Amino acid sequence: MMRPDQKQMLLDKIRAYEFSAAELNLYLDSHPGDQRAINDYNTFVRQIAALKNEYERLYGPLLNFGFGPNANRNQWQWIDDPWPWENN
Amino acid sequence: MWIYEKKLQYPVRIKKPNPKMAAAILSQYGGPDGELAASLRYISQRHHMPIPEAKGMLNDIGTEELAHFEMVGSMVHQLMKGATIDQIKAAGVESWYTDHDRATWPGTGTGVPFTASYIMSKGDPIADLTEDMAAEQKARATYEHLIDLADDPDVIDPLRWLREREVVHFQRFGEILNKLYEWKDSKKYF
Ligand SMILES: [Fe+2]
Repeated sequence: MMRPDQKQMLLDKIRAYEFSAAELNLYLDSHPGDQRAINDYNTFVRQIAALKNEYERLYGPLLNFGFGPNANRNQWQWIDDPWPWENN
Repeated sequence: MWIYEKKLQYPVRIKKPNPKMAAAILSQYGGPDGELAASLRYISQRHHMPIPEAKGMLNDIGTEELAHFEMVGSMVHQLMKGATIDQIKAAGVESWYTDHDRATWPGTGTGVPFTASYIMSKGDPIADLTEDMAAEQKARATYEHLIDLADDPDVIDPLRWLREREVVHFQRFGEILNKLYEWKDSKKYF
């Protein structure tokens, strides 16, 4: 099985990048002409996409409804435990 | 539409059950200044916003509040999950147990159900953004009260993080309110 510490580390990294992107997003909502912030935002978008790709390949989908792949061809992984609210 | 992402916006990893703290924190789940109220308030108000910045901000902060609703629900769940009957009795939350066992429920720890009367959507962008700024301050104050009541670092850490978000949201709404005043002035003169 996958080592859970590796999984957590990758998820924490995704969380950190997504948080930066969300912060920039809200800032840009009220400063839509800030080119430096747009540039930073787009850099985060690329990094997040790469990290999520890696995560979903190794540990299963982060998103459903067609937004994330089911890497296992035999088993629907979306419902795999743990869910985010469960302490693990 | 909304898409669910199978992760918390910020981690919640509580190891020690504490029904008393769960009852206090439940207020930020379904109480007057809680995350559900915040999300529904902004997502309702966004429809009548006159400028793109305001539409975007209410949509996006309303979305983030739903992620906070999930975090607070996770905290309540983890604080109640392993609680023994003795712990529940010692915490004085027998009425919670009577009606809900250890379940998370959108209301307050004293049993007051969530209600839309916690929020307003006035149809006047300046009145609504002014309410939103007050709402962020009230949520910040509530998190500070909860931090005062908490002693477990696993509980305090996400509470501090959530408090910080209210400060940022207040700042962003303030910028939008200024833009709405400019919009109102421009309507008068042009
Ligand atoms: Fe907020």
